[in-house]
Amino acid sequence: MKSAVVVFPGSNRERDMIVALRKIHGSAPDLVWHGDTTLPDVDLVVLPGGFAYGDYLRCGAIAARSPIMADIIAKADRGLRVLGVCNGFQILTECGLLPGALMRNASLRFNCKLVHLRVDNIETDFTRRFAKGQVVRCPVAHGDGNYFADAETLARLEGEGRVVFRYCDEHGNVTPDAAPNGSVNNIAGIMNARGNVVGLMPHPENFIEPLHGGTDCRPLFESLLDAA
Amino acid sequence: MKAKVTITLKRGVLDPQGKAIEKALHTLGFGTVGGVRQGKFIELDVAASDEAQARAELQAMCERLLANTVIEDYHIELAG
Repeated sequence: MKSAVVVFPGSNRERDMIVALRKIHGSAPDLVWHGDTTLPDVDLVVLPGGFAYGDYLRCGAIAARSPIMADIIAKADRGLRVLGVCNGFQILTECGLLPGALMRNASLRFNCKLVHLRVDNIETDFTRRFAKGQVVRCPVAHGDGNYFADAETLARLEGEGRVVFRYCDEHGNVTPDAAPNGSVNNIAGIMNARGNVVGLMPHPENFIEPLHGGTDCRPLFESLLDAA
Repeated sequence: MKAKVTITLKRGVLDPQGKAIEKALHTLGFGTVGGVRQGKFIELDVAASDEAQARAELQAMCERLLANTVIEDYHIELAG
C-alpha cells in the first residue's frame, strides 16, 4: 500500500495523517510539496487538514490552483484514490473534484470537539470495513465546515448515495443539532460519482488508537488497505 | 486599467457574518436596519488595450479563482 500526503504552506495535520497511514498501512507515505508537478506512483493521495495558504481568499481556494493539483486531478480522473480531510475537503471542492462548497459555520464559531458520524455508504473503497449505518465518534476542528450545494446537486448526491458520512446524535439520529456547522442535510463527507475521491470535514486520523480516546475511525484506513 | 471586483454571497445563501453584523447594529440602536450581507472587495491593475479585453480577462479571473460561483456572485467595475 503506497500513499502520498500533499503538504501545502499552512498544512498542519500532515504529521497526524502520516502517523495514521504508517500505523495502519505499514509503510510511511511519501511527502509531496504543493509546488511539485508530479505525484509519485501511489495507491492513495491524501490532502491533509490545516490552513493552506492561510486560507486567504477562501478556504482551500489558492491551494486548489497550486502546481501539484493538475496532476492530482488528472490521476483522479483515471481512478486514483484521493482522500481530503478538513482543509483537504475544502481543496477538493475548490478544485472541482467534489461538488458544492464549504462555508463559514452557521454558528460563526470554530468547533473543536468530538462528534458522532453515521456511515451512510459502505460500498466504497473508503468504508467497506464499517457496518451499514454504523455510528462512530470522530473529532472535528474547523471554522468553515458548513457544506452547501444547490438543490439539483444535493438531489444527485443523495440519489446516488454519495453522502458517505453524516453528522448524527449518539443513536444515529440525524438532527439539526447534531451538525456542528449547519451543513445541509447534516453532510460531513461525500464522494465523487466514480467513488475514488472522498472528502470529509472530521479528522479520522485523530481517532485510531486508544490514546486518542477511541479507535472508531480505523476502519476507514483499513478499508483503503483492502482496496489496494 | 484600474479594476474593482466585488464578491458577494448569492442571494439565498446563508451569510452568518452578515447576520452577526446586523445583530451588532441592532444592539447599537440601529434597530431598523435589515438584510445585512458581507462581501469582499479586490482592487487590481489590468494591462489591457481596451475595456472589452480587460473585462473579459477579469471575468476569467473571477471564474477561475476570485469567486466560487457555487456560492458567490461577482461584479466588475472598471475605472480609467
